[in-house]
This record gives sequence, C-alpha cells and structure tokens, in this order.
Amino acid sequence: MIRFESVTKRYPDGTTAVDDLSLEVPRGGITVFVGPSGCGKTTSLRMINRMVEPTEGRILINDEDVADRKPARLRRSIGYVIQHAGLFPHRTVLANVMTVPTLIGWDKGRARTAAMEAIEKVGLTADQASRYPAQLSGGQQQRVGVARALASDPEVVLMDEPFSAVDPLVRTDLQNEVRRLQRELGITVVLVTHDIDEAISLGDHVAVMRQGGHLAQLASPGELLTEPADDFVASFVGKDRGYRKLGFTETQVEADPERTVSLGEDVPAGRGWVLVADEQEQPLGWVDRQGSGGPVQEEELHRMGSLAEVGDSARVFLDAALSAPSGRGVVVQDGRVVGTVTPERVLEAIRAQGGSDG
Amino acid sequence: MISLTWQWLVDPATWTGPGGIISQSITHLRISLVALLLAALVAVPVGLFIGHTGRGRWLAINLAGAFRAIPSLGVLFVATLLLLPRLSGNLAFELPVVLVLVLLAVPPVLSGTYAGVEAVDPAARDAARGVGMTEAQILWQVELPAALPLLLSGLRSAMLQIIATATIAAIVGIGGLGRYLIDGQASRQYEVMAGGAIVVALLALLVDLVMAGLQRLVVSPGLVVAKEH
Repeated sequence: MIRFESVTKRYPDGTTAVDDLSLEVPRGGITVFVGPSGCGKTTSLRMINRMVEPTEGRILINDEDVADRKPARLRRSIGYVIQHAGLFPHRTVLANVMTVPTLIGWDKGRARTAAMEAIEKVGLTADQASRYPAQLSGGQQQRVGVARALASDPEVVLMDEPFSAVDPLVRTDLQNEVRRLQRELGITVVLVTHDIDEAISLGDHVAVMRQGGHLAQLASPGELLTEPADDFVASFVGKDRGYRKLGFTETQVEADPERTVSLGEDVPAGRGWVLVADEQEQPLGWVDRQGSGGPVQEEELHRMGSLAEVGDSARVFLDAALSAPSGRGVVVQDGRVVGTVTPERVLEAIRAQGGSDG
Repeated sequence: MISLTWQWLVDPATWTGPGGIISQSITHLRISLVALLLAALVAVPVGLFIGHTGRGRWLAINLAGAFRAIPSLGVLFVATLLLLPRLSGNLAFELPVVLVLVLLAVPPVLSGTYAGVEAVDPAARDAARGVGMTEAQILWQVELPAALPLLLSGLRSAMLQIIATATIAAIVGIGGLGRYLIDGQASRQYEVMAGGAIVVALLALLVDLVMAGLQRLVVSPGLVVAKEH
C-alpha cells in the first residue's frame, strides 16, 4: 500500500537521516517504525505526507508517487497525529476535529456530523466537544488529536510518537483504543515509537531501524522475538524475549474445573485456597480455608491475580497462574469463571505447541 | 492650586465650545486613532511575516530599538520643516504629528505581533501543516488567532504611548489636549496645565478600557483558559 523505493534523506550539513530505505507497508493493520533516536524513523514517516522531502528515491501510496501530488492536498487525504496532539488552542474540540472536513470542502453540516462521529469514536462525549483543548487532560487532548485525524475517513493515518507524552495508564488506554479503531475501520496505521514494547504490543508489522536510517528488520512481532535478524535487533528487542514471545502464542490451555463458593457460605477448614464468586459466577477473590473454617467474609478476601480470558495468549494465562495467591490462575469467559489453570498446565500447553523456543 | 485645578475641571465652560475639552478630546482621539491604524497597517503584516517565517527577526529587534530611541520632538520639528512647504492647510501640520506618533507606535505593535506568532505552540503549527493547511491558512486560521492576545497587548501599549505623546501636536499649532499644556504654560495658568494633564491621563485610561473590552470580544475563550492553566 505504501512503498518506499530506495528513499534517502540527506541534509545540507551532510547528515544522512534515512539511507536507501526500501520497504512496503501492507494495507490495513498497524505498521510500527521503531528504533533508537536518530534512526530516521520520524523522518521516514514525515516523508510519506511530504512534511519532509526525500533527497533520493520515491514513496508510493497505492502505486501513486506522492511527489506528484500537491503537499497540502496529499496531507488532507492522510490522517496525522503527533506527540503533543498539536490542537489549535483557540478552537473548540469540535472545531479542531472539523478542520480536515472543512479543508476538503465539505459543507458545515456534513463536516459537523463527521466530526461528532469521530469524537464519539475516540470515546469523548458531546459535552467535551464544546470545550477548549486547555480544559482537557493530556490523554483527552490526544484522543481529540486522533479524532481530528479520523474525521474525514482517511485510508492511511500517520502517528508520530502519539502516546509518548501521556502517563503509562492513559497510554495503555490509548493504545487499546487505536488498536480497536484500526480493526473497526480497517485503516492503515503507520506509527513511530522509540518504545520497543509499544511496537511489539501494538504492531502487526514492526520495522526496526538503526542509527543512520537503515532498516534492520521488518517482521511481525512474533518473528522479531523468535528470529531477530542480527545482534542489533536482538539487543534492541531486549531481554526476556522468550517470555514476551508468549504474548504472541495462542495456546489451547484446558482449564481445570474450579468449584466456587459464594460470600457467607460456610467452608470447613482444610479446603485450602477457595475461589469466591458472586451469583453470576463473576470472580470476587480468594479465601484461605487451610487452617480454620467458617463462613466466607468479604474482609478476608485476597485480591484476585490477573484474569485470563478464554482465547488469550499464553503470556496472559501464565501471568494469571503466577499472580494468583492459590497458584491457580482464574480463567473467565464473558466475565464468568470457567475454571483455573496452574503454571504447569500452561507450560505443558506451550510445550505441546512447540512455542517455548525463542 | 489643587482647588483651582478642580474649579477649572468642573467648570462647564471648560468642557463645551470650540476650544472645550470635549472638542479637543475628539481631535486628540482622531489623530491618535489615525496614527494607531497606520502603525498597525505597517507593523502587523511585517510582524506576521517575521513570526511566520522566522526571517528578519534581528532586523525587527534592532529597528524597534532604534525607533524607541528617536526623540519625538526632534522628529516633529524636522518633519514639519520638511513638509510645511510641500503641503497646505491643516494637513501640513497634522501629517508631521501623525508621522511621529506612527514611529512611536510601530515598535510595540511589531514586537507584540511577532512575539505572538512566535509563541504559537510548535506542535499546533506542525499539526496545521500536517493536516493539509496551506501556509496562508496556517497564518490566518492558526497563527493569527493564537497570536491575538499578544498582538492586542502591543496595540494597547502603543495606544497609551500615542495618546500621551499626541499632546505635542499643540506645539506645531494644532488641536488636541496638548493645547491645555502649551497654552496653560504660555499664560502661566498652571491649573489649566494640571487639568489638561489629568484629562489626558483619563482619556488614555478610558481608551485602554475600551480596547480591553474589545480584546475580550475577539480573543478566543480557549486562549483565556489556556492562560489560567
């Protein structure tokens, strides 16, 4: 869909930001450019919408050379999200999001409708639409930035370090949101980050770049973890590759049946760790019934470990098992307990799939 | 002295008639507004250009500094001497005055404008370009509205200086509130001088108040909350 053909960017002072880059960004999905600072990832991204002009080579979108299109027109057809959102402070959220529809000449009514839809898509309310950027939190501002990029239904959305300036909790939210939107809209997202974890968790395709603007490897996250092309990629991908790879291993872990008890139920001593759930079979926590018995009180509940949802990756299952006080990870489906898994069981399942290498 | 000044100020005859405060204030304001308008016509476009392109910044800073050092009275005499033979009627006297006031007003308007544009969040500017605005659209739709608070502050401070300095119009014989200062001194009516000075100060305050109101009207509330945060 987006093809770099021997693209080089050299600055007048002689520094080479991107050196003979050739790669293809497939249609649909999220392609991440990742690498240390100075690897040319942002320059590469900005050459797609001609914010930076290549010195040599060309970039094609749908087989059309971007150099043949007027920069402003080209950019209006491509969504653009940047690190600090870059909202226009004097315009309301709604007016910010209406920017591109207005620029491409939609009438006010249509632009407004499209903008409101985009605002809802990114999880903001109609009430927030009439506020000004300064009245929103950083995370909300970034959502507006995403809405502004989506309002005119572009095929391609470019994102330059979109989550770097927000705190980790908000970042995870935004990452999930972008992933959901990409799946829902079928758009092609090209995203730049320096954070390899973000690249691996978010990307369908990851282009690892190294200093001087060289492409080190373009692969799926799983492949990157299993078969790094060289030492640079291996070291950049970092330690605990094996464990992280489990995040891309879909496993058929058979959950063991687990009898749950409800609050107030009398459980005799000697039962060990007992899983407590409500009437809908939604897990509430664990209670220790080894030494002494008695009715289950809410105060004595131990916090749940992480939960694994049926169909989750091996990493989630293993984490659920390791984080549960009982050593048995709770497996749920639509919020209801279907059983528990021990670490041994997860490892067996991984081994059975041959997925533990890497 | 104070009571004499007060008596002069509250005397209805001081206010009405051809040489009264009201008519002199109108002349004073007219000259001031013309000067501010001309200064804005020169300084705002240049300021926008400098702020948008980043070019000519050092020139603007140095010129503005040099302008500030220009002695108003000296320029007034030189301009009057040069223009008097070439022009006729009231214009021959008014034009030099306006010229002096424009020179005075250009630096604050210019620096307010380019500082306002320069202060626009680089991310907003990058986003404007990235979503497909042309350079002109970036300037009109993003930089200018976002620069308005500083631009208007520049205009306000220019206007204060203009109103204070427009009193020198009386030296070359035209109207305005400066009459009271010059004539009062000539006739040794110090209460008239003091009263005139008070009226000038009041007029300056009043105009600034009006401009502050206008500023509230034209500056986006988004920029006001931004400042509060």
